[in-house]
Amino acid sequence: MVGLATTLGSGAMTNSISDLQEADLFLVTGSNTTETHPVIGMLLRHRARFNGAQLIVVDPRKIDLVEEANLWLQPRPGDDIAWLNGLAHVIIQENLYNKPFVDQNTEGFEAVKERVSRYSPEYVEKITGIPKEKLVKAARMYATAKNAAILYCMGITQHSSGTDGVKAISNLALLCGQLGKPGSGVNPLRGQNNVQGACDMGCLPTVYPGYQGVALKEMKDKFEGLWGVLLSEKPGLTVVEMSKAALDGKVKAMYIMGENPMVTDPDLSHLEKAYAGLELLVVQDIFLTETGRMAHVVFPSLCFLEKDGTFVNTERRVQRVRKALEGPGEARPDWKIICDLSSRMGYPMQYGNEEEIFEEIRRVAPAFAGITYGRLESGGIQWPCPGMDHPGTPFLHRGRIVRGKGLFVPVDYAPPPEVTDKDYPFIMSTGRDYYHYHAGSMTRKVKLLNEMCPESFVELNPSDAKKLSVADGDRVKIASRRGEFVSKVKITDRVPEGVVFAKFHFAEAPVNLLTNTVLDPESKITDLKVSAVRVEKC
Amino acid sequence: MRITINGRAIDTEEGATILNIAQQNGFRIPTLCHMESLIPTGFCRMCVVEVQGLENPVTACNTQATDGMVIETDTPMIRELRKEVLQLMLVKHPLDCPVCDKGGECDLQDYVYEYGIQKAEYQVDVPAKEYRIYSTPAIKYHPNRCILCSRCIRSCREVVGREVLDLRETGFDTRVEVVRPERCISCGECLAACPVGALTENVSPIKGRTWQAKRVTTVCGYCGVGCTLEANVVGNRMIKVTTKEGLGTNNGVLCVKGRFGFEFVNSPERLRTPLIRENGTLREAGWEEALTYVADKLNEIKGKHGPDSITGLASARATSEENYLFQKLIRAAIGTNNIDHCARL
Repeated sequence: MVGLATTLGSGAMTNSISDLQEADLFLVTGSNTTETHPVIGMLLRHRARFNGAQLIVVDPRKIDLVEEANLWLQPRPGDDIAWLNGLAHVIIQENLYNKPFVDQNTEGFEAVKERVSRYSPEYVEKITGIPKEKLVKAARMYATAKNAAILYCMGITQHSSGTDGVKAISNLALLCGQLGKPGSGVNPLRGQNNVQGACDMGCLPTVYPGYQGVALKEMKDKFEGLWGVLLSEKPGLTVVEMSKAALDGKVKAMYIMGENPMVTDPDLSHLEKAYAGLELLVVQDIFLTETGRMAHVVFPSLCFLEKDGTFVNTERRVQRVRKALEGPGEARPDWKIICDLSSRMGYPMQYGNEEEIFEEIRRVAPAFAGITYGRLESGGIQWPCPGMDHPGTPFLHRGRIVRGKGLFVPVDYAPPPEVTDKDYPFIMSTGRDYYHYHAGSMTRKVKLLNEMCPESFVELNPSDAKKLSVADGDRVKIASRRGEFVSKVKITDRVPEGVVFAKFHFAEAPVNLLTNTVLDPESKITDLKVSAVRVEKC
Repeated sequence: MRITINGRAIDTEEGATILNIAQQNGFRIPTLCHMESLIPTGFCRMCVVEVQGLENPVTACNTQATDGMVIETDTPMIRELRKEVLQLMLVKHPLDCPVCDKGGECDLQDYVYEYGIQKAEYQVDVPAKEYRIYSTPAIKYHPNRCILCSRCIRSCREVVGREVLDLRETGFDTRVEVVRPERCISCGECLAACPVGALTENVSPIKGRTWQAKRVTTVCGYCGVGCTLEANVVGNRMIKVTTKEGLGTNNGVLCVKGRFGFEFVNSPERLRTPLIRENGTLREAGWEEALTYVADKLNEIKGKHGPDSITGLASARATSEENYLFQKLIRAAIGTNNIDHCARL
């Protein structure tokens, strides 16, 4: 998100799910779309199969979409910047780039041209293992497509160089002018139902609702006026920084709403120590989660079927969530709990219903100004929607890039912070399974889904399995420099040699005991895709 | 170009089918095998219409309208043909509507009633085919209710791209068979496509007819695609999730979690009261006690160590309204920007 905000002026998906139908070429990388965004995965298959859209998949794993792809490039985990720069190199060398677009709509081209000149197909092949002919072919396909859409997800961003990876993607789109049209753009797929909304609402340490910076004096003044209280101009801590500060004793209290870091966050043993040292840990959730078990106070809340409100999906579409059920026992909606708590702390919050809160959001966040519950009755509206007569914005950068000029940013490949050695010879990547969701708080309580995917399994290449004398279904111990867990093994050529893939939904096989908390310097994302590990038969 | 339907002249663009034009202009033509998102086949023959100058009736769903066409959609002859189509379906389809999940929202049931059919005219001795194992435990397959419209097969192929199902055998023995079970992703598109009760969900033990269930249109709570779905509720229990073509950006399509992943809602493990830690264990508490405890403690910590000693994690699972209030609490009531959520996970 930080990457695209820097280069284009907005961190969100530039296209709509529906206008992806108009793409002639999809470049899908770092997204196992079939499993993590299944309905978009179906759309990609459909377009490739029935409408002649070309599909390039770039992924270390032989993901489901590879079956439908015209071309599959298989880099090693953590090598994204190398092949992305390589594509730019070929496109510039062969003069396939969109010169009028670059001249009129971008800045910084020369710096990138210079930087990528080193990334010849031969050099990229040496780093990534992608045969040079395939790289050249992919470059030509992307550069010559009429409308090309890039789709990416955590496979690009969850690296210590994730922001640079996003910038390399943005460079590629700017180079070919693949932006600002239906079916043409740069599309980070957002993982969770309302992750876009949580960002839009300012649940980030650096921005108020509507991405208005906390360090800007005029924004601080604006929100002090709106909220009637003095505010801090000091940017706050990110998730991983919070637990580090708690370990150092600087953070004393933590209030966690609807998350389960004790399953989802990296380096769990440190996190456990951090939480144990807090004076106050408050957890608000629908189940007593692993994190909740460590809390001093637990507030019972409601799930999406039990309340009203709005979610914002991956394409910036604000949609109405409607109550279908009454919640259990004395559980209350999160917003009522927050209001009661705030009022008791001496800052009264009084709202009659969800719509009154939304009306306040419209007043403070200009991108939401034109959206009302009334308008949402006839379907979702995509922000920015600055006025009541504005139809919403299906795709960004139409006619003009939000930032003004698209910014080329030269980036370089650097090996991942953790490399394999003789004690830890495998790379472990983590990700999701189709049948489960995030910490599993919900899906692991669905009998049917557990029947389909009952327990953790790690994917291991057949030749590695042979070397380790491991059979399909055996139990293996996976250990990194930080911790270890035991899991069943699935032998499959979905993963290349030297790579194991683990899913993080299973509290009893906590893969995040092993993961690294090295942060990307800009986005503060952690490297969950590259941990050096050892695999042993149990 | 200009065509005439039931005596009314219609000016229209070239390229559309008779069915499309008829529907756009308010003429109803019954269909069973047709779905807007599938390639039309003319399999079921319910949509037959008469076209002046043609010897035989044509199927409206896959016949392109051409300039000057004069079409009749509801003549006595057409009605007889449709009745015959329905009669042939009833040869195998049992009239077990009272025990069928689909009762009340079954296209076949509706047409049989509408066309005034009183009983199945043709009877043959078919061995009662029992319930068959399907490609996913989420769905039950009742082969003798199948009318061979192939919507399930085509949805699986054309919408989902998996090709799990196909037709096997010929003539009277024709049936839908699971041919590639390993490719099934339990998305339930076949279930949603079935116009009769040949495929029924195998999730909720509690059932309810459509008119007994409350159907609420809302957004799925799992991934970021934001699919629109309909929650079906009887009493205060979720009984199933339904969709329809054209609904939401997902156009009625869902995945396994969206369609079948709601059982957690009624889980006995749901939290029902606030909990407070006492002597190392969590005990039940009232709201007043829990809220007062947390408010006092937060104020105390803020007073002693400053607002930056407090942090908050919002939730990508909660609504925007709730996230807005949460960050407002952290920023305005506590006075720090230590607010984040799991966007990076």
